[in-house]
Amino acid sequence: MTITDSAPAVPYDAVLDELEAEAIHIYRETAAAFKNPVLLYSIGKDSSVLLHLAVKAFAPAPIPFPVMHIDTGWKFREMIEFRDRRAAELSLDLRIAQNTVAKEEGVTPFTHGTHEYTRLMKTVALREGLDRYGFDAAVGGARRDEERSRAKERIFSLREPGHQWDPRKQRPEFWRTANTQLAPGQSMRVFPLSNWTELDVWKYIQREDIPIPDLYFAKPRPIVERDGTLIMVDDDRFPLMEGEVPTMRTVRFRTLGCYPLTGAVESTADTMEQLVAEMAGAKYSERSGRLIDGEGGSESMEGKKKEGYF
Amino acid sequence: MASNSALTPVLHLVTCGSVDDGKSTLIGRLLSETGSVPLDTLEYARRTRRGGSTIPVGEIDYSLLTDGLEAEREQGITIDVAYRHMNLPNGRRVLVADSPGHEQYTRNMAVAASNGDVSILMVDAARGVRPQTHRHLTISALMGVKTIIVAVNKMDLVGYEHATFEEIVGTVRTTAARLDVPEVIAIPVSAFVGDNITVASENMPWYTGPTLQEALETWEPIVAEEEQPFRFPVQFIVRAEGNFRGYAGTVVSGSVARGDDIVIADSGRTAKVDRIVTYDLHVDGHIADLDSADDGAAVTITLDHEVDVTRGDIIAAAGADAPQPSDRFACDMVWLGEEPLAHGRSYLLVSGSRSVPATVTNVRHRLDVVTGHEHAARLLSMNDIGRVEIATDKPIPMDAYSLCRDTGGFLLVDRVTADTVAAGMVRHAMRRSTNVVRHDYDVDEEARRLLMGHDAKVVWLTGLSGAGKSTIADAAVRRLHALGVHTYVLDGDNVRHGLNKDLGFTPEDRAENVRRVAEVSRLMVDAGLVVFVALVSPFVADRRAARDLFAPDQFLEVYVDTPLEVVTERDTKGLYAKAASGDLPNLTGVGQEYEPPTSPDVVLHGTGDLERSVDELVRAILGE
Repeated sequence: MTITDSAPAVPYDAVLDELEAEAIHIYRETAAAFKNPVLLYSIGKDSSVLLHLAVKAFAPAPIPFPVMHIDTGWKFREMIEFRDRRAAELSLDLRIAQNTVAKEEGVTPFTHGTHEYTRLMKTVALREGLDRYGFDAAVGGARRDEERSRAKERIFSLREPGHQWDPRKQRPEFWRTANTQLAPGQSMRVFPLSNWTELDVWKYIQREDIPIPDLYFAKPRPIVERDGTLIMVDDDRFPLMEGEVPTMRTVRFRTLGCYPLTGAVESTADTMEQLVAEMAGAKYSERSGRLIDGEGGSESMEGKKKEGYF
Repeated sequence: MASNSALTPVLHLVTCGSVDDGKSTLIGRLLSETGSVPLDTLEYARRTRRGGSTIPVGEIDYSLLTDGLEAEREQGITIDVAYRHMNLPNGRRVLVADSPGHEQYTRNMAVAASNGDVSILMVDAARGVRPQTHRHLTISALMGVKTIIVAVNKMDLVGYEHATFEEIVGTVRTTAARLDVPEVIAIPVSAFVGDNITVASENMPWYTGPTLQEALETWEPIVAEEEQPFRFPVQFIVRAEGNFRGYAGTVVSGSVARGDDIVIADSGRTAKVDRIVTYDLHVDGHIADLDSADDGAAVTITLDHEVDVTRGDIIAAAGADAPQPSDRFACDMVWLGEEPLAHGRSYLLVSGSRSVPATVTNVRHRLDVVTGHEHAARLLSMNDIGRVEIATDKPIPMDAYSLCRDTGGFLLVDRVTADTVAAGMVRHAMRRSTNVVRHDYDVDEEARRLLMGHDAKVVWLTGLSGAGKSTIADAAVRRLHALGVHTYVLDGDNVRHGLNKDLGFTPEDRAENVRRVAEVSRLMVDAGLVVFVALVSPFVADRRAARDLFAPDQFLEVYVDTPLEVVTERDTKGLYAKAASGDLPNLTGVGQEYEPPTSPDVVLHGTGDLERSVDELVRAILGE
């Protein structure tokens, strides 16, 4: 046995350059090959990267397709403010999709269970939004490292009529060449960040100075603790249980979604440097803080996908 | 924005093989020991056990880290490739394309290997080299993987014997040499014990080479001595304020600098690179240009003067090395579709951002991926690899796959289902189409139209045999002839006596039959005639290919819709009786399917009144 000299180092920037170029390639292919593509924007860190990459892909021309947000009505208030500010800054053609029928029927995260709530307010709203505008390709920020069942997700992921995901129909992906042809009723979901990791996203946000919502940075926020999960009480719709009193705790969020379903983490990282350092040392996957994936075991993401969720 | 890094930042790694090779354990261990797996996933692999697992709870079952989907287990299917990432200690990113290893899944290995830099070839030391080893090696070589790491696994089971290792490696090297694989690295490992994965083994003092991790960290691509030629397929035309017109795409080979002489390979037009535009926020929010861009960079190029460039065109370095357009290519092909390859059928060829109709004109041989033998074949079926010739509808520039995967590789797409049915790798262009330049004549289609006094078009009657196509064509032609319209009928039965007498009734022969009739119709339309085609033409794909030869208003698809019971009852040619007795296996509607048109221009009922049908048809032809 011999100890070989340790290998020369690869700078992180070089990895980011390659991931960036791949994402831009995917964007350009999508914009050129489909009749009516849309960028699905969910306001979080991945969406912020997606938006930035879209600007880069088509510069100096503006982003050549609209941006759609699936608004459940239960997002953090800061998220909605951030969304509207970014839309104005970048002159985005912003569309907002919401399941207004379910909302009027009183569907909330507290009344219907996370699975049914997600199906109605996210999956159904997404399908209706896509159908209403006739979008034939929807760009999303899903990454293969998020969850085990995503490891087999395609970059160009085919959906059958009714937005069904059929594992048998998924197309083999060779080289950089994508088969973007659609038979009647088919549509495509496109994932430019497929090969990115959570840390890549943060490193890239830092390098490119990409605006993100303040919720990712630690500061004192009104928190209640339920079953070990820290929930921020963002408005007075949150039904407090008897004796439950929100207390100010210094927390931040690792992912953003509907505030009653998003667990905060205790942290003092209030600058980008501290935040990236914290993420570089993270040992648990980001979805460990998401209540939305909790019901139905580790394969529930796959089940949601078949219904048309991202 | 490509940094000039000395090391290749991302390595595309291919792993193939089944669980009993120890592949899952090897990859799982590599993932966890490089810290590429989150703790909650590792906890899951400690807690969870599936049927058949002998690993005690509390230890990591590495195979669970590379596990399949619920849908796969339920339906007993295998989705071709799983993609994972790995972070090596030196900062290199490894993207792992892991293909499940049932031995028939040639296509899965081909997909995984299509982007691969390095393949890990797993060999069980106790069982030695097996057919699967050759299969994996052959497919990796064919798909352009240049480095093979032979991981001789389970060395602990053979007492860490040096001789066993050398014997296996010798066999693999012989095959690799035959396949012209440029680099073979052999490592004795035990994935179970952890020998030579991330930590050098003390059990094999005779081995002085790298661990698997070190081999992956220090790998560098094998580059040809001469510089790689510049290739840039145009994806998107960027138009912006101030008359900005740029060509967006990715540098897939070589590099480009401002002022370089380039050629649009499709048209032969030349220009100089004026600007290489990218987007850089660091320069006061202004867009900054690059001086040059290397392989892999996604940029936008502007030219010093206006030349015609469209999406799909290839911008190349000017000079003798630029690819010349051709419409005939010899290729290696992996067949992916459930339906076998049909000669003469029109598929959509997709290469980079280009798509063009193409047909497979000849299958030269099928390759036995275990022995390397070439077998004579007429067809390729799913999981077959073979050598074929293709013809494209218009000349396109393509490189040899060995020069550049992106400009030498292509997909074939079924034009009806939109499924990807094959992946092709160009070996060489069979002729330069510059040898067959079209000659433009002064008396053209328009001049002939004026002389004829009417438009030329094709009236394509499709339907079951005996549906009444010829009868309707006959009556309609008589009517038009009396009106002074110049007509001709191409009758399916009649062309089979001459032009197509070499063809039978298999789906491939039917596709060729339709193709030839369509091409003859095109000549006749060019000559100014109204051409009636009376042909069963049972397949949507073939009819669509025929339609694509004509302008939209020149092609009228007429569906003669007569129920099978009626034509069987009529049986004017005695065919249905023969089919019933088994003498005619390929009769449409009986032994072969008829695919009715989804949106025909005219539907006529063969059971209806003939005069009324003719009225309707003639009105449609005259555009009334």
